[in-house]
Amino acid sequence: MKGARAVVALLACAALPFVLTEYQATLAGFVGIAAIAALGLVLLTGVSGQTSFGHATFLGLAAYTTAWMSRYGGWPPLAGLPVGLAITGGTAFLLGLITSRISGHYLPVATIAWCASFFYLFGVLPGLGGFNGFGEIPPLFPGITRGTAAALIGVVLIAAFLLCANLLTSRTGRAMRALAQSRIMAESLGIDTARLARSTFVLAALLAGVAGWLFAHVQRYVSPAPFGLSASIEYVFMVVIGGASQLAGAVIGAAIVVLLRDQLTELLPRLLGSSGNFETVAFSIAVILLLHYAPRGIAPTLFRGRGRAVPDRRAWALSTRTMPVEGALVLETVGLEKRFGGLVAAGGIGLSVHAGEIVALIGPNGAGKSTTFNLISGALSPNAGSIRLLGNAVEGRGARFIARQGLARTFQHVKLLPESSVLDNIALGAHVRGRAGMVRSMLRLDRSEEAALLHTACIHADRVGLTDVLSDPAGSLPLGRQRLVEIARGLCLDPCVFLLDEPAAGLRLQEKQALADLLRALRDEGMAILLVEHDMDFVMGLADRVAVMDFGQMIAEGRPEQVQDDPVVQEAYLGGVA
Amino acid sequence: MDETIFLALLQDGLTTGAIYVLLAVGLLIAFSVTRVIFIPQGDLVSFAALTLASIISHRVPGTLWLLDGLCAAALVLSLIRGRFRALLPYGVAPAALTLACWAAARYGVPTPVSMLLSLTIVTALGPLLYRFAYEPLGEAAMLPLLIVSMALHFVLIGIALYCFGAEGVSTPALTEASFDTGPIEVSGQSLCVGLVCMVMVGALRWFFVRTLYGKALRAAASDRLGARLIGVDHALSGRAAFALASFAAAVSGLLIAPITPLSYDTGFEIGLKGFVAAVIGGLASYPLAAAGALVVGLLESFSGFWASEYRNIIVFSLLIPVLIWLSLSRGNTEDRA
Repeated sequence: MKGARAVVALLACAALPFVLTEYQATLAGFVGIAAIAALGLVLLTGVSGQTSFGHATFLGLAAYTTAWMSRYGGWPPLAGLPVGLAITGGTAFLLGLITSRISGHYLPVATIAWCASFFYLFGVLPGLGGFNGFGEIPPLFPGITRGTAAALIGVVLIAAFLLCANLLTSRTGRAMRALAQSRIMAESLGIDTARLARSTFVLAALLAGVAGWLFAHVQRYVSPAPFGLSASIEYVFMVVIGGASQLAGAVIGAAIVVLLRDQLTELLPRLLGSSGNFETVAFSIAVILLLHYAPRGIAPTLFRGRGRAVPDRRAWALSTRTMPVEGALVLETVGLEKRFGGLVAAGGIGLSVHAGEIVALIGPNGAGKSTTFNLISGALSPNAGSIRLLGNAVEGRGARFIARQGLARTFQHVKLLPESSVLDNIALGAHVRGRAGMVRSMLRLDRSEEAALLHTACIHADRVGLTDVLSDPAGSLPLGRQRLVEIARGLCLDPCVFLLDEPAAGLRLQEKQALADLLRALRDEGMAILLVEHDMDFVMGLADRVAVMDFGQMIAEGRPEQVQDDPVVQEAYLGGVA
Repeated sequence: MDETIFLALLQDGLTTGAIYVLLAVGLLIAFSVTRVIFIPQGDLVSFAALTLASIISHRVPGTLWLLDGLCAAALVLSLIRGRFRALLPYGVAPAALTLACWAAARYGVPTPVSMLLSLTIVTALGPLLYRFAYEPLGEAAMLPLLIVSMALHFVLIGIALYCFGAEGVSTPALTEASFDTGPIEVSGQSLCVGLVCMVMVGALRWFFVRTLYGKALRAAASDRLGARLIGVDHALSGRAAFALASFAAAVSGLLIAPITPLSYDTGFEIGLKGFVAAVIGGLASYPLAAAGALVVGLLESFSGFWASEYRNIIVFSLLIPVLIWLSLSRGNTEDRA
């Protein structure tokens, strides 16, 4: 299907030199170049949730490199591509080292800062022609026509598009989307978010580098202006107009902006009877209105999600771990403490969970249960105390490390990718069990591993009863079933300890019974389960042991009936026996 | 470098630094209340100078028509919803202002009156821009707000180019006096800039610490939902914050234009410097931002002497280490979910 469309697109490219006038071919070429750069921005902004107002800088680095090499160094244009990409990628890597440490709203600010710096740098570095730039850059090939250049650019665009599309439907692609949604969730699934953010950033820069290389040899003239802040923002506009969450958005946005600009530059000054950058004003107003009324851009209305194809179930399943012997101590905390300023959210927490055991952690609201979960799973670092997982000290090692040791968790406030399919959400849990990285995914060398990951996801979807909704967007499910998606995702990690934060909240009675059966089955397989739950019937019928927290302290622990009779517990829940 | 040059550079740096203080403070107010990084603030700096120059040269400024247009739109929207009280702010007030401007341009008025008119027009634009560009986004994430800021910047420079052309303008100084202190001559304008800056910072401090409206704004800044629950009007506090930010921009514009000529697009760069200062303050701390603004001003002035071509590179690169430090000290957990 995709192959057929790619062939049609390639044939269309081959026809370009014969059907377009010289002027149209020039425009088509610039659409293609802008689209290649915008693809990188879609990966960066729409997919992985990072923002760059400095994208044009990377076009500039590659363009100036190849322009200088071929104009002054006597190198052929093709030699400028690898060198330009090396410089672009290297710079992006260094900037990424810095910017991946920069969080939240500081990131776009940082991109503005370096974009401004590079703009002035291009203008003042000796030998680059100052702010006027320099021309007489050789074309891609001697004697190349505008039409052939457009066709060539089209082929590069198609190749880049296919590589990106491959990436998005892979293990790495899922992880990139998780990055945008919640870094805490991604780390809890064993994803190295800082590294992934960095490689996405470099990849986006490399796409911009390819575009910059083409630009230099097609325009045959470079100056700082097309690589400054305004140009960078124009790429952001393209992605907003086209739709940041889909690759097609990059192409649509680039086409609209480049072609409309061409029309409006002529039309608007004539209408208004004065010269000026009215097309930019028009685009800007359009972008503001789009963000108000259609923040997802144009692409989603043109290309509705076709739903995810459910994978082939004949694939091999991943090998699973051998569970610890029943009764072995799997998770133990001693004197765990977390303070927020003067507030001791949790103090002196001593919990132990054995293989083949369900322990429930209960307590009134604000007792510190979720804080305890966050400490154990590594989302928070304790101020004091120790956590031993399978006998190894893991406190302060971070969520990613702990997840890889075999601890899975769910969240009190469900953290899913609402727009991705249920299957992809569940498969995200199997991330740590795969190895294919960005390059292998782009080249489709990951297919047998990917099939195994998806197959594993299917198996766990079956277990929690989500088989009928595998291809639906996870956000379309009722809350209770979203919790089941999280549980299946956690199971995909192949954990020996499973932390469940209010798994039964929002489930109907039958669903609760099914969940209890599932948890019992997992226990019987040797899994250690620790759960926080407010539904007492559910807890008391299921748990082997119950620990009670109040005001950050553990106040009781024991078998369910012991705890129920404990006067301290009754006091905490009911404010004392009347 | 001898003492004279050093002192002259110092005077220059502190003067521009003081202007960046105003802009940084305005940005911080807008950001803390609305989470909007008000990039187009810099364009309003140009607006103020160009509007003043326009009135002085007996032309009705184009910014007035922009203001009237936005007011008319707001009026229509309010009347449709049956809010007739909007007639006063969106109908009568702009009509009176238009009349005053027209009269001022036609018959000529003393410069201070023209300044006042320019200040009023530009300050009034702030809340209206907020109303139309940002308010419909509601509780949007950081990114759409920032993109809107960028888009609004382009809209404003486009309008400025259309209304005023590409020519740079200089406006009359507040005072022509200068004082010979021995090694260098201290210009009266520099002293005025410093004085206005201090008065404004003091007044803002009084406003935020002493007055009910100031306290309400601070409440809205520290917890939007909480402030709403105790009756602080969400939209109103946003517009008030933008009025303060655009007022700071307008004052800055009138202070700089006598020193450096301003054209339709140069305000943006000045605004970015104020923004750099605000970021140095972590987009949260007023004293740090003010200190940062002075540092940026001095850095610009001294690097202009030693390596004038690299001036802007040095100023903008200053941000990167600051941002790293801020990110490391604030932790790295920001979730969309």
